[in-house]
Amino acid sequence: MIAYHHILETLRRITGCSHLELRTFRDNVRLEVPREYLYPVLQHLKEGFGFDMLIDITAVDYLYYPDARRRFGVIYCLLNTSTGQRLVVKTYLDEPDLHLPSVFPLWKAADWLEREVYDMFGIVFDGHPDLRRILLPESFADYPLRKDYPLRGRGERHNFPTLSRAES
Amino acid sequence: MALGLPENVFIANLDKLANWVRANSLWPMPFATACCGIELMAVGASRYDIARFGAEVMRFSPRQCDLMIVAGRIVMKMLPVLQRIWLQMPEPKWCISMGACACSGGVFDTYAVVQGIDRFIPVDLYIPGCPPRPEQLIQAVLDLQEQIKKTGTLTGREFQRRTQLQTPHLRPAAPTDLIVAPGDYSTATLRWPADDKYPVHPSRRLPLLQDN
Amino acid sequence: MPLELVETWETTSNQKQYLWTLNFGPQHPATHTTLRLILTLDGEKVVKAVPDIGYLHSGFEKLGEDLNYNQYVTIVDRMNYISPVANEIAWHHVVEKLLGIELTPRCQYIRTILAELARISDHCLNIGTAALDLGAFTPFLYAFYQRELIYDIIQEASGQRFHPSYTRIGGLMYDVRHEWIRKVRAFVQSFPKAHSDIHRLLTRNRIFVQRTKGIGVLPRELAINLGCTGPVARASGVVRDLRKDEPYLAYGELRDTFQVVCATGGDCYARYLVRMEEMLESLKIIRAAIENLPSGPVNIDVETKEVLPPKPETWRTIEGLIQHFELIMTNRGLNTPREEIYGAIESPNGELGFYIVADGSDRPYRCRTRPPSFVHFAVFPYLAVGHQISDMVAILGSLNIIAAELDR
Repeated sequence: MIAYHHILETLRRITGCSHLELRTFRDNVRLEVPREYLYPVLQHLKEGFGFDMLIDITAVDYLYYPDARRRFGVIYCLLNTSTGQRLVVKTYLDEPDLHLPSVFPLWKAADWLEREVYDMFGIVFDGHPDLRRILLPESFADYPLRKDYPLRGRGERHNFPTLSRAES
Repeated sequence: MALGLPENVFIANLDKLANWVRANSLWPMPFATACCGIELMAVGASRYDIARFGAEVMRFSPRQCDLMIVAGRIVMKMLPVLQRIWLQMPEPKWCISMGACACSGGVFDTYAVVQGIDRFIPVDLYIPGCPPRPEQLIQAVLDLQEQIKKTGTLTGREFQRRTQLQTPHLRPAAPTDLIVAPGDYSTATLRWPADDKYPVHPSRRLPLLQDN
Repeated sequence: MPLELVETWETTSNQKQYLWTLNFGPQHPATHTTLRLILTLDGEKVVKAVPDIGYLHSGFEKLGEDLNYNQYVTIVDRMNYISPVANEIAWHHVVEKLLGIELTPRCQYIRTILAELARISDHCLNIGTAALDLGAFTPFLYAFYQRELIYDIIQEASGQRFHPSYTRIGGLMYDVRHEWIRKVRAFVQSFPKAHSDIHRLLTRNRIFVQRTKGIGVLPRELAINLGCTGPVARASGVVRDLRKDEPYLAYGELRDTFQVVCATGGDCYARYLVRMEEMLESLKIIRAAIENLPSGPVNIDVETKEVLPPKPETWRTIEGLIQHFELIMTNRGLNTPREEIYGAIESPNGELGFYIVADGSDRPYRCRTRPPSFVHFAVFPYLAVGHQISDMVAILGSLNIIAAELDR
């Protein structure tokens, strides 16, 4: 078990980024990273501190969140399988430039998880081997988990031909 | 025996004979997508045992089936598959819509889920419940057998009457058609024509469903 | 879809490869609901497998943003529909972690028993259908009968046999009755016999062993790198079980009653063996928990204003009614911290986690599910390569992919 403040100090020293922040809520420890430093930080977490399992990648659209200043947050949940230590790494993005480096070279688990984030939020992961929609049809135009997309859609679910008894 | 027929010869209406045969050997095509599919398996397993009613031969090839049981929600990506499989089944064929999701979308009133398969394929029997108990499915099969015995004809003339869909099927949407605001569960998804009772933000205007 | 010739015959004879593309699913008996694989075949050998998912994507996470913390439990139920109770427990475990609620001992024990029953029923179905896909019909009938008994127990507790929606924030819908305890005890008595029946039918069955041993080998490093959890990871030698590593509910107190089952083979047979043994370990937990079931209230104190009052109180007393409305009415409701939290439990399939972003209201601002099936199905292309086409169903069966959890 490595102390979290030690991780923070080492990462600050290695990446040279002073904007890394550590927040704690209940038993969750969250590391907030500017997006330029995301890949080096994750790489060092994997190779230096043994966070060898990527549990989850997800995103949040903070469009209507009270007092939020950035539009999207992207969250990486990491786990060290030998010590059982967990860490949540978070970074923020804004509307016109929704690009992040893909972490597929570090964890192969990122393949589908990044595709899902792309499918639901439209965040593009540069360097991903096969960034296509995963859950929705290719022809789908919107990103449904964004907050400005209505729950019941924009009529896509009604847009099919009807088969009657005579035709079938 | 008054006619002087030998013992193993019966006289029957040809329609009735066909119905008798069809009703008691329904071969289901389990189109099981979600939770209801597990209850469908329960019906086939030992406690409920649908073999007692001659409908245990689950065939996954649509060419061999005459009863489609749609068990579970059908979503946008799955609906073309469902329609294709329905077209591949030979006549005479029937369709049971099992569970709330297949009948009406159920609790999943979201962007991806089709709000009732009867908008897109013909349905003969609906089973409510989320998921329905196995007894309900057995009752549905019995009801369908009854229906086949009563109305069936050798050449499928009874389907002529069912050609028209009674359900609200797809029709060109006027530009004023609206999507109800999210969270408003008391109303249906689409209302036509639009009225002034529900003021809706312009960004929630529905695009045209069909171009005409 | 019919077969399609991919390579042309213009290549030279020694480079000549007859690669075919085969579409497998989404409507296929062995894909267990709606999965689709696009296989590239060299003869009968799989060269490449590309899964195509989303045939059951129904917008769970979007719906979660529209329902409050108690209502969403009905949707979570329908996520992994072969062990619905485990999902409810996972969801409310994370919500309670967000709100900082400590459950009463009785509730913890009842939830533990239900979670373990869910694990047994999940593994029963998985083993039954995996055997069914490989041509053995009898184990399916044996295993499914045990599931019916578990349905009876869940129905006794909650009134619904399939999707009980039994948990609430800070407790349960109702307390259990003595009849329920009797049924659980009877199940604990009768299950080992059924388990040994399945065991005798499959474990040394030559056809079954030959069709699963050495098929779909997942090495330990790959399992970690791909994020596998649960029985799939443990069959590959990853010694990790959240019940021991991060004890929740009553697992901390019961930690000496059970062991973590692991294997080193990493193939389909190892995954089968891990599931079989886990059922017995679950049974030990249930036995210990039902004999030590604490008395006392099942819900936390109503004065915390976080738990719904018991229904008779709501109907008969004014305090109960006010308390009920305080939580139910849209302009009142729970007060949540403006924070984000990740929490997970060991569901039958692996680590089932939720990432909740709370904005202070009684509805989650974002509720992400970390579905084990989704991560496990991403493993499939790595396992499929080099095997025969008939091994695909063995691998699919051993990974236990549940489409609704996969697509959500």
